[in-house]
Amino acid sequence: MTTAARAGATSPEVDRTALAAYVLGLGDDALILAQRLGEWITRAPQIEEDIALGNIALDLLGQARTLLGYAGELEGAVTGQPRDEDDLAFLRDEREFRNIQLVEIENGDFAVTMARQLIFSSYQYELYSALSSSTDPTLSALAAKAVKEVDYHRDHATQWVLRLGDGTQESHDRMQAGLDRVWPYVEEIFDATDTVAALPGIAVDPARLRPAWSDHVEHVLAEATLTVPTPKWRSRGGRIGYHSENLGHLLPEMQNLHRSHPGATW
Amino acid sequence: MTVTLDQTAPVTAPATLTLQRLREIAGAVPDPEIPVLTLHDLGILRDVQITANGVVDVTLTPTYTGCPATAVIAADVETALRAAGVEQLVVRTVLSPAWTTDWMSEDGKSKLREYGIAPPGACRPPSSGPRPIGLSLSARCPRCGSARTREISRFGSTPCKSLWSCLACAEPFDSFKAI
Repeated sequence: MTTAARAGATSPEVDRTALAAYVLGLGDDALILAQRLGEWITRAPQIEEDIALGNIALDLLGQARTLLGYAGELEGAVTGQPRDEDDLAFLRDEREFRNIQLVEIENGDFAVTMARQLIFSSYQYELYSALSSSTDPTLSALAAKAVKEVDYHRDHATQWVLRLGDGTQESHDRMQAGLDRVWPYVEEIFDATDTVAALPGIAVDPARLRPAWSDHVEHVLAEATLTVPTPKWRSRGGRIGYHSENLGHLLPEMQNLHRSHPGATW
Repeated sequence: MTVTLDQTAPVTAPATLTLQRLREIAGAVPDPEIPVLTLHDLGILRDVQITANGVVDVTLTPTYTGCPATAVIAADVETALRAAGVEQLVVRTVLSPAWTTDWMSEDGKSKLREYGIAPPGACRPPSSGPRPIGLSLSARCPRCGSARTREISRFGSTPCKSLWSCLACAEPFDSFKAI
């Protein structure tokens, strides 16, 4: 028998409903981006990138499994009906997903994907660094583990943004276009939520991560001779179930097998 | 076969598995991806205990959270312990404290090199502050020993490795990432 052991018990006074929602949001970010990155496999510009994006997706999927498993467990403690990682990944519909919209947007060309990766992994790096000292033992254990993986993800995206931005005119223009495409989704990452407010010491207020995130990302963009975009609109609401049409296209591909063959295993 | 699980039993007693012996058996299980390394070499066998009611309790930690070998490793440990006569066991995976390549044994690092994989260097703490251009030492070629090598990709055939090429002997090689 194999079990994934939790690092410790959640203390009784914690708002488990809020904690389940918070963990679900972080798990959905990792899951949906893993699915998007997986779409690059066999389509990346070079085989090393195929492997790199597949590896990053795999790390994210590992994080998603831990987070969704924990969210389902917490939810079960409240409702009496726990759901496992597969139930949560494959049997929820669009409006039940709690990921930020950034992770669901289509891959676009390689520059769009790298712009999204730079933004997301820089955020996740700061998030997991901060969550490493969360008072929730399961979250702090995962964060301390995953921050080391995400350090590589951020570095990978950073290297590519520098190379493309400060490369040829064509690569520069396309990298800038990639940034322009994804930048409207940046503000939403740092939006306050009721869930975070209900979990002092456990959850991390995303606004707190903004200065360190900006330091890194803006430094990279300056070095890469790229301009920080000033978008005319901004996304909002992923954490409360509002999504772009992109998620509706992603989910059937991700869920089809499980829904067609319930309980199927490899 | 009846197996007595007793932490204090002498090692030499027939049909008796001491805690030390159980640790040796579990620690000797080879990694499925890099079979020259044992779980002991990798430093991912965290603990083996015998509970009050005689259940063997094994704790493993994954190298990477998404490493697909984790489930295979747990199954291999179970198989090895059952083959040694253990009947009741539980294999658990814990994330904390997070695994680091610094826990790899020196013997394990030598075995990696002989196998053709550059062993990990000492782990640096996660980066802090702006660090757009990462500087790191080049991996030494495990075949010819040259330090004139080039990183081809930060990501290799498994999550724990990066892909390098040697400029001296022109051979490509894997390098175990320090995390």
